[in-house]
Amino acid sequence: MELIAASRIVRAQGRVQAAVPYSETITEVVRDLAAAGAGRESPLLTPRPEIKKVAHVVVAADRGLCGGYNSSVIRAAEGSMREHAALGRDYALVLVGRKSESYFRYRNFRIDAVFSGFSDQPSYENARSIARAVEAPFLSGEYDLVELIYTRFVSAGRQEVVVRPMMPLDVEILEGGDARPDAHGDGEVAAGYEFEPEPEEILERLLPVYAEARLYAALLNAAASEHAARQRAMKAATDNADDLITSLTRVMNRARQDSITSEIMEIVGGAEALRKGKHTADSVESAHEATEHQPGAAA
Amino acid sequence: MGTMHVMVVSPEQVLYEGEGEMVVCRTTEGEIAFLPGHTPLLAALGTAKVRVILPAPDGEQTAAVHEGFVEVTGERVVVLSDVAELPEQIDVPRAQAAKERAEAGLRTEPENQELRAALTRADLRLEVAGSVPG
Repeated sequence: MELIAASRIVRAQGRVQAAVPYSETITEVVRDLAAAGAGRESPLLTPRPEIKKVAHVVVAADRGLCGGYNSSVIRAAEGSMREHAALGRDYALVLVGRKSESYFRYRNFRIDAVFSGFSDQPSYENARSIARAVEAPFLSGEYDLVELIYTRFVSAGRQEVVVRPMMPLDVEILEGGDARPDAHGDGEVAAGYEFEPEPEEILERLLPVYAEARLYAALLNAAASEHAARQRAMKAATDNADDLITSLTRVMNRARQDSITSEIMEIVGGAEALRKGKHTADSVESAHEATEHQPGAAA
Repeated sequence: MGTMHVMVVSPEQVLYEGEGEMVVCRTTEGEIAFLPGHTPLLAALGTAKVRVILPAPDGEQTAAVHEGFVEVTGERVVVLSDVAELPEQIDVPRAQAAKERAEAGLRTEPENQELRAALTRADLRLEVAGSVPG
């Protein structure tokens, strides 16, 4: 299982990489549009003055056996929910992955939507259906804020759980999404763009797509992290099992030695008793010799 | 006439990246072609074929693009689409089946937008795959 996970990390990492050009260019396009002054009043870009309900999109795995991967995402989600609850905000849960579903369902949380069955190999379609599920309530005003909680894949050795606002789209995020962790705008200003159709109309089509692309990147990051976590957990499990085998083998040998020794002691004791009874020293002498060698051989 | 840098990108992969002499695509407003040095432009694409005219003798590269966006910045054309396929990636029997299904559905409910969109997509796939002359 460790090896399976290890081979999947590479593939998952490849998919994260393959998604980069798309999300990078789409971010550029959104930024160009924003620079042209479009969509200042778009609901997807404007923070709500009063936040009554926060939706949490929790991305965890479908399966366990991956160490603390699921529990750390869930812990981050609960932490964020508590923070918002302290401000008197209601919550909504959109869960990705069977593990997050079973956790929250068992604790009787109110669950708005569940998506599962693809955590180790998400497709763009999956991202789209999740995006649709949160976008409609957001636009209708049911959710005032949508948060995305997932594990970001930094490298095979490092993954971190992040809580990111997803809707409304933050201008700050436009400048540094998942795809380009260190990149900042190269200072190019979109001057003199022509638009077809009107910028507002393009933005209206573009923003949902942008949200999908971000979600897709998050799903891919989570999938790669899941494989990495599983590989590490399985490696630890193998190592622990090896240690356990060594120590148990020792316990077993000791027990065997003990039983042999006590058996010999009984024989010797018996022979001693016989000798005292019959005064035949010779046979006991040889039995004595044998006992002295026996424990050494078993050790 | 020079060339420009052309990229066709979908979330899963970069479909095409290279030089091109002209890019022809259809926006929501109508057909449009870009030559090197075109004014910076941002447009929303319809469900249509995108053609990249490659420098001779390479002919052209086509792709089926199901909505998306095109950004032109002087010497660079980027086509972005969440669903985009190269001719060789298209599953022709599947598209054919989808077309028949959509047509059959439209006969009973001609106003169904979803079926109409499905038909457009199937037609586009078949056109790009080259089994129906475009």
